[in-house]
Amino acid sequence: MQTATAKTATQNACRLCNPLGACLAFRGIEKCVPFLHGSQGCATYIRRYLISHYKEPIDIASSNFNEETAVFGGSHNLKVGLKNVTKQYKPEVIGIATTCLSETIGEDVPMILREYVAAFGSDAPMPEMIFASTPSYQGSHIDGFHAAVRAAVKTFAEGGAEKHLVNIFPGMISPADIRYLKEILTAFDLPYVLLPDYSQTLDGGPWGEYHRIPPGGTPRSAITFTGSAAASIEFGSTLEASKSAGGYLEEQFDVPRLNLAMPIGIRETDRFFDLLEKLTEKPTPEKYQDERRRLVDAYADGHKYVFGKKAILYGEEDLVISMASFLHEIGVVPVLCASGGKSGLMRERLEELIPDMDENGITVRDGVDFVDIENESAVLQPDLLIGNSKGFTMSKKSQLPLVRIGFPIHDRFGGQRLHHLGYRGTQELFDRIVNTVIEQRQNASPIGYTYM
Amino acid sequence: MEANIHFPDPALIKEELINKYPAKVAKKRSKSIVINDPETIPEVQANVRTVPGIITQRGCSYAGCKGVVLGPTRDIVNITHGPIGCSFYSWLTRRNQTRPESPEHENFITYCFSTDMQEENVVFGGEKKLKVAIQEAYDLFHPKAIAIFSTCPVGLIGDDVHAAAKEMKEKLGDCNVFGFSCEGYRGVSQSAGHHIANNGVFKHMVGRNSKPAEGKFKINLLGEYNIGGDAFEIERIFEKCGLNLVASFSGNSTVGQIENAHMADLNVILCHRSINYMGDMMETKYGIPWMKVNFVGAESSAKSLRKIAEYFDDAELRARIEEVIAEEMPKVQAVIDEIRPRTEGKTAMLFVGGSRAHHYQDLFNELGMTTIAAGYEFAHRDDYEGRQVLPSIKIDADSKNIEELKVTADPELYSPRKSEAELEALKEKGLEINGYEGMMKQMQRKSLVIDDVSHYESEKLIELYKPDIFCAGIKEKYVVQKMGVPLKQLHSYDYGGPYTGFEGAVNFYKDIDRMVNNPVWKLIKAPWEKAETESLEASYVTQ
Repeated sequence: MQTATAKTATQNACRLCNPLGACLAFRGIEKCVPFLHGSQGCATYIRRYLISHYKEPIDIASSNFNEETAVFGGSHNLKVGLKNVTKQYKPEVIGIATTCLSETIGEDVPMILREYVAAFGSDAPMPEMIFASTPSYQGSHIDGFHAAVRAAVKTFAEGGAEKHLVNIFPGMISPADIRYLKEILTAFDLPYVLLPDYSQTLDGGPWGEYHRIPPGGTPRSAITFTGSAAASIEFGSTLEASKSAGGYLEEQFDVPRLNLAMPIGIRETDRFFDLLEKLTEKPTPEKYQDERRRLVDAYADGHKYVFGKKAILYGEEDLVISMASFLHEIGVVPVLCASGGKSGLMRERLEELIPDMDENGITVRDGVDFVDIENESAVLQPDLLIGNSKGFTMSKKSQLPLVRIGFPIHDRFGGQRLHHLGYRGTQELFDRIVNTVIEQRQNASPIGYTYM
Repeated sequence: MEANIHFPDPALIKEELINKYPAKVAKKRSKSIVINDPETIPEVQANVRTVPGIITQRGCSYAGCKGVVLGPTRDIVNITHGPIGCSFYSWLTRRNQTRPESPEHENFITYCFSTDMQEENVVFGGEKKLKVAIQEAYDLFHPKAIAIFSTCPVGLIGDDVHAAAKEMKEKLGDCNVFGFSCEGYRGVSQSAGHHIANNGVFKHMVGRNSKPAEGKFKINLLGEYNIGGDAFEIERIFEKCGLNLVASFSGNSTVGQIENAHMADLNVILCHRSINYMGDMMETKYGIPWMKVNFVGAESSAKSLRKIAEYFDDAELRARIEEVIAEEMPKVQAVIDEIRPRTEGKTAMLFVGGSRAHHYQDLFNELGMTTIAAGYEFAHRDDYEGRQVLPSIKIDADSKNIEELKVTADPELYSPRKSEAELEALKEKGLEINGYEGMMKQMQRKSLVIDDVSHYESEKLIELYKPDIFCAGIKEKYVVQKMGVPLKQLHSYDYGGPYTGFEGAVNFYKDIDRMVNNPVWKLIKAPWEKAETESLEASYVTQ
């Protein structure tokens, strides 16, 4: 079959839509029901997609637009929907995001919400409402994610005398990563507000009792304190202050925004731990120093298998940037760092982490789809692919091994429990990458060896 | 049908399901929750709008059109006109399979084409971008056909996909280009999209090639989407029986087949909900009768094959089909004999699809399991109560918005395959010719039938009935399993299948055995094991 060159349409997209990210972030707020203002199909598609990765129940309500609503506006449907969600789920918070439909007809959601509160405000209990504008024809799921986190902070944060706590806005990471971050902050004895925290809501145990909304999530009351925190730590190389929760808090309440790349690899994780040491004036707990030592040791023992291998990396821009930095550290060349995202900052940020990227044969392409990536692959001849499940078709066609990371992973079990961040996450990634290379060699070997 | 299972009183359960709703919602939902009586089938409110804020299983018109009906086609380039999400979410997620004749033959099923609308397209219109996308797809693949699917913003900004399709069809010359106005807000569920898809395929594809079809017993398979390889098993059986499959709508289909479909002598319908329009339209225009069959379940498959033999009224075919059944059934029976002692007397609930909640009851019956409650996501009253209710179904505003094609007999190609008298005689023999009895007639008295079950209601049902297995889709799977009840996905089959025909039945029995008799469930304490049992203990034996 032929392949494309320059093209207008997108084939096999490498990004998901804006409201999906918002729903995911809302899932990380305690007793919160995500609500999409638009057609019910959006809520259904996004539920089925998130659920196929997290393998947990995910309820997303919708204002169920129909032909009439699409023409005359969805104010009535939104109000009825909020009322029904309140009655059935008794949420403390409803996180409302828009879709391309409600955005195209120009719905003024904040106004509708004011009318709703004015009409029913005296009916107890009235949940708090967060609103994020997430038109699907702009940006990607990661923009919706950050928009929802920023909206939550905007809705609840209050100023006041500085408290002994830090905010941590880690971006779109796995539930396992969230648990690990919380463990680290606890070990430093540093009080924190982590938002969003879907470590339990999207990776929890069976229910000994009935839950309308799964337990877990950042409490609404905790989000209030984000305005008086000592600092905000925010992961995401391409995340701009104007779009982030940390940026809002800095602007509004003078909470310093400390932006870091996602801590993947030793160097970027060191930066994170250095920051924690500085903030707490305490040394890194022995346990993590141990993790670091084991990781360095593993690098030393495993380097020969992976050194000089060429990888194609794809996914969200921030994940790709940090993964590239890690790969560079272990001698794997990320010959292509690709993303469907289009912040326009990817190359610049990557260059800050890897100044000699050009000499090392590292290339960057944003705004791409999988057909673009495949075309690049034909020229670059990589040894492996690193990214989400959507690269499988390409991996099969080109017979390249695929190391699954990030989101979505729906053709393997346990995607929600993969670690990526910190020394522990890096260790896990390193082991998986080394073993993928070894497995490939073992399978390709005409003799077949069983001893390493 | 009799069973010796103690059920809680369905009237109390119904009350329990709706008492948390606001009064207006409770009133509305109460019409969609009915207690079955197979003798005097009660009316079920179906195919009505979902109340906003009630979390539904339903999808949208686009999902029904692009995802369900056109999704399984392999040599049509399906382009989604809209923002990126819709095409991404419908990208191979239904696990449709297809089998090109050779690796060189076209297969676009793994592709996901989108015009990826950006803000400027929403503001200034997207037709130009759409036409460029069509041209690109053509230059790249030279496909026989290109189909365009409209998503929500398209209808609102006034892009005319049909005009764009027509223009490009003329320009390209050797490629059939057509569009579907299947914006997500149309209709009340994916069912609207099925209808829109039927209309489009009928208008733009069927009848384009009148080359006589090969074989003696020429049939089309309608409403089969080859999930998990279902179509392959049916094809295997047809071939063995000497039945000639002209076209499939649309599992493992090709453009060529569909264009030639009007040369068949019988349409057999599996999923009545999604494709009955096609059956009706082909009958009117070409004189091909349709017949409802079910290839889910070994007994049901055997029965369906016998009905087909009856239709063609051919001794040789009859004998061949009996031979095939005699050859296939012992293998099936052996597995039933092994598994049934472990599944006998267990209970199932099915809330899925527009036909599946009916069809799969046959497989559970074969395992000695009872369906205690069932319902569809997006079906209409006729799928529940039978087609005799069609004249009495009120046409509401939502249905009115979906085009009804005005079909008349084709002056050249209309040729009734059977006379009126012959058709009547076949109906007398119990063949569902141009008819469908619906799900409720097969279900037990006092079982619950619920249309468009909400998330809240399904949790309540599990709590109250404690079924041994719950059948739905991935959206329901994990909440049900949180409560210690296994959920079988009947959309994607949990990566299993095929479940049709004889081999499929065996696969299903084994999968169900693995699920209901799995030791892991013993590790999960269900909520009702902890909570005080509620006041619904008043139980009785159904008859």
